[in-house]
Amino acid sequence: MSGSTNGPLVEARGLVKHFTVGRSLLGRPRDVVRAVENVDLAIRSGETLGVVGESGCGKSTLGRLLLRLIEPTMGEVLFDGKRLAALSARELRSLRREMQIVFQDPYGSLDPRMRVGAIVAEGIEIHRIARGRRVREKVAELLHEVGLRAEHADRYPHEFSGGQRQRIGIARALAVGPRFLVCDEPVSALDVSVQAQVINLLHELQKKLGLTYFFVAHDLRVVAHLSHRIAIMYLGRIVELGPRDEILSRPRHPYTRALLSAVPNPDPEGRPQRVILEGDVPSPIAPPPGCAFHPRCAYAEERCRVERPELIEGGRGHAVACHVFPVPANGAPGDEAQAAPLTRG
Amino acid sequence: MTVPGSVASAPGSERILEVRDLVVEFETERGVTRALDGVSLPLLRGQTLGLVGESGCGKSVTALAVLRLLGESARVVRGEIRFDGLSLLPLGEREMRALRGKRIAMIFQEPMTSLNPVFTVGDQIAEALRLHERMGKREAWARAVEMLRLVEIPEPERRASSYPHELSGGMRQRVMIAMAISCGPDLLIADEPTTALDVTIQAQILDLLRGLRSRLGMSMILITHDLGIVAAEADEVAIMYAGRVVERSPTRSLFDDPAHPYSAGLLASIPRLDLRTEQLASIPGVVPDPAHLPSGCRFRDRCANAQPRCAAEDPRLVEFAPGRLVACFFPVSERARVAAGNGAAE
Repeated sequence: MSGSTNGPLVEARGLVKHFTVGRSLLGRPRDVVRAVENVDLAIRSGETLGVVGESGCGKSTLGRLLLRLIEPTMGEVLFDGKRLAALSARELRSLRREMQIVFQDPYGSLDPRMRVGAIVAEGIEIHRIARGRRVREKVAELLHEVGLRAEHADRYPHEFSGGQRQRIGIARALAVGPRFLVCDEPVSALDVSVQAQVINLLHELQKKLGLTYFFVAHDLRVVAHLSHRIAIMYLGRIVELGPRDEILSRPRHPYTRALLSAVPNPDPEGRPQRVILEGDVPSPIAPPPGCAFHPRCAYAEERCRVERPELIEGGRGHAVACHVFPVPANGAPGDEAQAAPLTRG
Repeated sequence: MTVPGSVASAPGSERILEVRDLVVEFETERGVTRALDGVSLPLLRGQTLGLVGESGCGKSVTALAVLRLLGESARVVRGEIRFDGLSLLPLGEREMRALRGKRIAMIFQEPMTSLNPVFTVGDQIAEALRLHERMGKREAWARAVEMLRLVEIPEPERRASSYPHELSGGMRQRVMIAMAISCGPDLLIADEPTTALDVTIQAQILDLLRGLRSRLGMSMILITHDLGIVAAEADEVAIMYAGRVVERSPTRSLFDDPAHPYSAGLLASIPRLDLRTEQLASIPGVVPDPAHLPSGCRFRDRCANAQPRCAAEDPRLVEFAPGRLVACFFPVSERARVAAGNGAAE
């Protein structure tokens, strides 16, 4: 996975995050949740890398690790070539201006006792981006940028709808002039008609401001709409990664194919063959050995049960972690053969 | 079995459910709010009706009204609900209780809150059977295990002794379904049954519901905000907006040729995997506050087709083609426009 010639804006190397859970009296061993396991990733400047996966796959944890909102158990994150872990507190603080996050819950992520103007201005003041009357002007500009009005600055969050609150959240994130934005399920709490408004806003802002997005969502439709590249996570690992069209038209990993076929498509005719996976996602406390997906996989072979497949890149920037369906190299004979049939028989 | 009126389920009563001109109001701190304003919905026996709309449109209120579970603060102002020929609104609570769970069952979005955490799932299913079917303890338990098998829970004998918290979200929803179908209901109301679930689990549950519906010959009301789900699962669709049905149609025709600007807007605002578009169509503005509804058509503030007439008059739900109804003076469907132009809308 080599980035552009300028190098990636954000890079993760061997990222691991384990959380300990459960009660521990007198040093009794606790359970370990393996939220993120050995993730390598490079996000290019100006692109949207979308991450999909089901609950507990580690996608939100990965987003927080990239911002160093939580510390990795192992591995490192580089922002613009700088290792986050090596930065002093002061350097990290100034870097915080460059990377921001938009949360899922537009209700819980805004302080209800603060006026919108103060919420948006907080970052501006902390980072001393503007002073005095300039702060108010800057807030007005930001509100305008996200489709709100200057007079909204005097109101409280509860006076706004879910979609408007999400706009406030975006204005707050943009206030410090970031280059990189982690969007963690930013539209999943919103109604369908409003969801589209916020998706369009994020898209416009990216074009206008040259932002780089790490976009996390469980809804593959939303991710696919906004992303240049898509990563699919399963139990803490990236199992497939590639350009959007490549992933949608030539998915390799059986899990990716199941996810794609499970997406409800608003077309009663054009329903592809459904691949219905059996069973639930296993617990990240005790992930299965070998390929973590093997207990639910119709194609699992003996070695899938014992040997973990590495994420290996084939042609067209497409990488997959699967023993059975690796990505063929560019122009290789297996290339046109594309993927195996979606279902057996 | 001894339900009054069940005799009326004569062959030929094609409609298992008929909601007619239902008006429901809620007493709130800010005064009286009208949650449903003249909702009419027919459901044919053996079919699935998809009830679609965004938060606050009244889709769940409609379901609760059918079950007469609206609660203290609600008042049915007018309208009628007929289930299998039987008028539900005048029924006493005892008669209603005999219907609920037995002939009309419901499953909810969040199974954890609908299951009792201190009883095993087997006990909870058996309880319903003992109540409605007057089964003995052992027989009810055996049937509960059978039901868990029917909803494809692995090792049903062992799982029957599990408590809800020991099960995954998908398994809990299966238990809810097992409980709902245990008495062989004629009508199953599923309120966002897969919204809290992951996509692959959602596919499992929808597949299960589809299979059970045809095996058991149930009719179903599927309430969802996701038109994608409706496309695959429903025979008919009703789109609701701000307490009213704005469009009703067989599923295919709705997706091919939506008539109401709101339906068309909803459809266009779903990102699609098979189409690449730069800009996603979106509907401007937000759903109106039920306490401050616009005059005339409630969608007009957000509608690109709106004209002065939309503010002055209430558009009524009118049939413009067989089985297709729309409440709009300026529909987006050519066919509906022609029908309206011919005066058929009056």
